[in-house]
Amino acid sequence: MPEPFTLTETDLEDLATGAWILGTGGGGDPYFSMLETKLLYERGARVSVIDPLSLDNDDLICCVGKMGAPLVTQEKLGDGEAIAETIRRMEQYLGRRFKGIMVWEIGGANGFQAVLGGAILGLPVVDCDAMGRAFPQADMTTFAICDLPAHPWTMVDIRRNSIIFTEAEDWSWMERMTRRACTVFGSVAATCKAPRTGREVKTCTVLHTLSKALRIGRIVRDARRTHQDPVQAILRAEHGVVLFRGKVSDVQRRTSEGWLRGTLRIDGLDAHAGHVFQLEFQNEYAIGREDGEVRVTVPDLICVLDTVSGEAIGTETVRYGQRVTVVGLPAPAILCTPKGLHHVGPRAFGYDLEFRSLFADTTA
Amino acid sequence: MIRAGIDVGGTNTDAVLLRDTTVLAAAKQPTTAEVTGGVIGSLRRVLEESGIAPAAVDAVMIGTTHFVNAVVQRRDLAPVAALRVNLPAAARIPPFSDWPADLRDIVRGAVFMVRGGHEVDGSPIVPIDTAAIRAAARAIRAAGIASVGVAAVFSPLTSQAEDTAAAILREECPDAAITLSHQLGRIGLLARENVTLLNASLIPLARRTVAAFEQALRDMGIGAPLYITQNDGTVVRAASAAAFPVHCFASGPTNSLRGAAFLSGLTEAVVIDIGGTTSDFGALVRGFPRPANNVVQIGGVRTLFRMPDLLSIGLGGGTIVDPSDPERIGPRSVGFRLLEQAMVFGGATLTCTDIGVAAGLIRLGDPRRVAGLSADFVRRALARIHAMIEENADRMKTSTAPLPLVAVGGGGFLMPERIAGFSGVVRVPHQEVANAVGAAIAQVSGEVDRVFTGVGRPEAIAEATRVARERAVGNGADPATLEVVEVEDLPLAYLPGDSLRVRVRVVGDV
Repeated sequence: MPEPFTLTETDLEDLATGAWILGTGGGGDPYFSMLETKLLYERGARVSVIDPLSLDNDDLICCVGKMGAPLVTQEKLGDGEAIAETIRRMEQYLGRRFKGIMVWEIGGANGFQAVLGGAILGLPVVDCDAMGRAFPQADMTTFAICDLPAHPWTMVDIRRNSIIFTEAEDWSWMERMTRRACTVFGSVAATCKAPRTGREVKTCTVLHTLSKALRIGRIVRDARRTHQDPVQAILRAEHGVVLFRGKVSDVQRRTSEGWLRGTLRIDGLDAHAGHVFQLEFQNEYAIGREDGEVRVTVPDLICVLDTVSGEAIGTETVRYGQRVTVVGLPAPAILCTPKGLHHVGPRAFGYDLEFRSLFADTTA
Repeated sequence: MIRAGIDVGGTNTDAVLLRDTTVLAAAKQPTTAEVTGGVIGSLRRVLEESGIAPAAVDAVMIGTTHFVNAVVQRRDLAPVAALRVNLPAAARIPPFSDWPADLRDIVRGAVFMVRGGHEVDGSPIVPIDTAAIRAAARAIRAAGIASVGVAAVFSPLTSQAEDTAAAILREECPDAAITLSHQLGRIGLLARENVTLLNASLIPLARRTVAAFEQALRDMGIGAPLYITQNDGTVVRAASAAAFPVHCFASGPTNSLRGAAFLSGLTEAVVIDIGGTTSDFGALVRGFPRPANNVVQIGGVRTLFRMPDLLSIGLGGGTIVDPSDPERIGPRSVGFRLLEQAMVFGGATLTCTDIGVAAGLIRLGDPRRVAGLSADFVRRALARIHAMIEENADRMKTSTAPLPLVAVGGGGFLMPERIAGFSGVVRVPHQEVANAVGAAIAQVSGEVDRVFTGVGRPEAIAEATRVARERAVGNGADPATLEVVEVEDLPLAYLPGDSLRVRVRVVGDV
């Protein structure tokens, strides 16, 4: 079992790079959260990371993240204190103290929220999450897949307005209520979701995803430093496949029901010259077709990377002319079960398609 | 109409004189430490050469990299007070975060954060704390700080908070130069605030520089109005430029792009400006440089504002070639020491110019000094140079449709005759002063970048266009010549009521 370790300042940068790649186009750039954590580090804060398998079954773990629009974070920047506050409210409500913090979503800016909260509260971060990537909705988690209760939730805004959702019929009701509240709060809020026991964390999360994000970030940094191809380095280390390489030739976006939806067209270069790849997204990249044939769908991770730098390119910022490589990374096994696919498979995104994993061995 | 265009670069100051669309005269002078010297010298030469009387000049357009160089070289910068209207939002990442320490130590005069700012839907986060703003203003005056940068949360949506702060600052610090972030930037508080603070820091230098230009023109008997060229390929009146020196940051490459468009008659093309040290690639869309929509680092600071999309590589006439490996080219250059250090000029350093001479592409210096290079070495070095140009030119394209490639700048001999993915390589007259031509022909613009909520797309675009036209006229454009050159809309995730971000740019003749 891996020993607990303390994140270094370089780790913070690697985590930002890796979490952005695991964001599969959504979740927002972790830059501001990384910067905020670095400022806390300058004042002496340190964050330790513990292995979920080391938890006792009745340890209590809080599960944090931000809800809202990445655009709003561009203006309001980070607010780690709100994350800390939402945890304190939950502890008050429960009358119990937490043993550690985890995130529900490792991909994008949310991948940093446990680290940020941990830096302020001095709580260790548990090396796991409930998506193994980023997804647009609260009911797209391993907790929902495992039928764990969705309540209670606490939610805090920048003014320290707060709500405790004491009960919800199911995850989709919780999603509906909290989404509405988040809009009232100014489209960004810090949230502590239903707390989890050590036993639940060990059995109902995607394990070691913080390490995975760190590892990916480190690989990209090393490759850049030694002038090697960062995309190839990611593929090797994470058992990924190149789906397509080319140049973005068209982007169409629209918002509906609060999500950024759209399509991205990539014209092939090099080995893919003469072919066309089309990606559809709902905040994150959801499905990819090559010359009209479906090549990849959720829950496999569809990452659009800058061909040269290996940097992730998000659905809000992707633009004409960028040289990109579309990479598929294996979805966590729990998402590929029939129950998992019900929550996060192509049909959960409105596509009448069977999930066919890119990877013969879906337990990767 | 007679217009003078001058481009003050790091190495050379170039000038041209145009009668309508005809180049009457062109001149190149070394840039002087006191930039006005080169300006006066080059302007005198084109006037003499063309026989035009100073009083007959109708407009003077100057482009200068003076301000961006000040940031890069950390000189002539004034200390700035940062006033952020944000609390309780954005409290954890204060102004000047993530700046290089040396620059921060020079520019950071004081930092204030007060309650106020707006939500994404335009409602106030909390009531604005005018008492705290007044207290900050008094502290700024007491500290003797004369430049202030103000940034409020979501000010690109509504400038209310920044306008309120500015009014109080003007009362309390009547002599301070105030920069408001909504005048400069887009959504993205930190990057917008960064460029606001840089701007505030440069205002004293900009005022001095522009005043010196105006004085120089008066001394020469030129009564014509002075315009300064901007990052987007347009010009503004000198007084306005002095208030926004950051809008001049990329005017050198931008003027080259605009000059290339004018001299070639092309509106859709990729342009390469091959100089002594670098090759700059840009793209023309409707005759203007394509804007960058991403964060641009200036002197190590992340900024997000109106900048052209540029790509710069270490390849020029002075770029050093490894004598033991013809495929190892650059990025180091002998720079302005080309005339001493290149082999054909008697030096000992092998440069791209030497390769060009050895290949018979250009006649310079003493070709016998490179006769010892093997034909194979020269061929391979040239192939590598061409591959570098081809790859980077292609990166500027936005579709596979073949575009023309326009080559300007002194290193043009390094251009291949043909290049894959392009319909042809276009060479133009006066290519060595394309940047000064670009300055001379520059138009005036107005821009809007705003989020609309609860209105339809056509209404939002119409409203943005109306405001952009108004701004262009306010900047000195002839209303009869206004033309919309850019319309972009982006729906925003999560926001209620079909929120749409619209950007419109309008240009017109001076």
